[in-house]
Amino acid sequence: MPQWVEACSTDDVDEEDLIRFDHDGRTFAIYQSPDGKFFCTDGLCTHEQVHLTGGLVMDYIVECPKHNGRFDYRTGEAKGAPVCVNLATYPVRVEGGKVLVEV
Amino acid sequence: MTRSNRDYALLGRDSKLAEEIGLISAEWYHSEIPRAQMKELMKRSDQPAIRDTILWIAAFIVTGGLGVYFWPTWWSVPFFLAYGVLYGSSSDSRWHECGHGTAFKTQWMNSAVYHIASFMVMRNPVKWRWSHTRHHTHTIIVGHDPEIIAMRPADLPRLFSAIFGVPDVVSFFPELVQNAMGRMPETVASYIPEQERPKVFLVARIHLAIYVGVVLLSLWLGSILPLMLVGLPRMYGAWHGFMCGIMQHLGLAENVLDHRLNSRTVYINPVSRFIYWNMNYHVEHHMFPMVPYHALPKLHALIKHDLPEPHPSILSAYREIVPAMFKQFQNPDWFVKRQLPPTARPYRPEFHGDLEPGQPTPGIGGYPMAAE
Repeated sequence: MPQWVEACSTDDVDEEDLIRFDHDGRTFAIYQSPDGKFFCTDGLCTHEQVHLTGGLVMDYIVECPKHNGRFDYRTGEAKGAPVCVNLATYPVRVEGGKVLVEV
Repeated sequence: MTRSNRDYALLGRDSKLAEEIGLISAEWYHSEIPRAQMKELMKRSDQPAIRDTILWIAAFIVTGGLGVYFWPTWWSVPFFLAYGVLYGSSSDSRWHECGHGTAFKTQWMNSAVYHIASFMVMRNPVKWRWSHTRHHTHTIIVGHDPEIIAMRPADLPRLFSAIFGVPDVVSFFPELVQNAMGRMPETVASYIPEQERPKVFLVARIHLAIYVGVVLLSLWLGSILPLMLVGLPRMYGAWHGFMCGIMQHLGLAENVLDHRLNSRTVYINPVSRFIYWNMNYHVEHHMFPMVPYHALPKLHALIKHDLPEPHPSILSAYREIVPAMFKQFQNPDWFVKRQLPPTARPYRPEFHGDLEPGQPTPGIGGYPMAAE
């Protein structure tokens, strides 16, 4: 059953960047977009299960640090080889300077 | 008694052994870099690659144009030699960097140069994108890396003929025809997702059509000049790519999880760095493949305290490589043991640091012994 959990403070994630968030044996990535919005996806690239947190955020794209697989982190859409499978995304809301995700 | 050869087949014996001892899907070592600096290094920019690509195209036009102008006199030779290196060697580095998607910030530019360079270097751009991801995931892990140039012990006729691109060209055309007919070898299918395979076949048909056109044009003109411009330079200009490619990993440890130990950084001259797009910083490239070629010197400066001493020249690298190759004829388990700086942190030493050259990787030591 999905539940809302506190992932981090808004200050923990730079604009156009991401951090890792682990919860209940699962791993996620929390993003802040260039326009200050927050997003959450699965933490591991769907290509070879490398964690995305070492990767690069450019606008609304996150690029995997190992093979440069690219995803739109707002929708999880895989943007072409070597990634073919979309990332799972999760609802996010910001309350009192905290980023909450429904996972 | 000597050890028999290793099994480099992608679905072979060593492939399974590597999985059993935990070399697959494992974490690799990374030097520590503060996130802000890493982001700065990874930052994309169109400007350096646009500048280099304009220079690259201009060099093609000048050398190719003068080669054609002076054809068939001896005066055309130096121009074709230069054109050949651009076509047969610099295409490899453009293929590589644009395949990673790091050369340009704008993705269509990466894609355009990637496809043109793939054609020149005679690689199916779809297939090789997948092959190269494998090379990065399993860098010179026997049975998993499809891009090991020199297997142990080295096949010298094959290696020397690679100076002129012979093994690549000889294997390229039958596979091109096979792909154009909608088929691919099982080993290749093992790393290309099913939904990507139609793209492999489509590109093969386009490449094949171009080659058929160039051959027909040569026949119609009664001259090999069209082939001197398209196709043959992949052979007569391959030497520079070979020279640099050999330095990347040859002689170093296979089956480790630390790029400091299986890759080589070599300081080379500026002309070769332009041709090779800074891939002489090979440890750095493998450790952080998202850093564009133009930022690799900066990355090197930042982490060199954590890396083995780089080779000061191409000659120095070959002084290590050639003896290593000959030692591996005696014992394929021999490897150049890289010395980390005293302050550097070892990583998974059971695969390298605890071994002496000549000792097999624990768990992959079960090769059948062949009689001398």
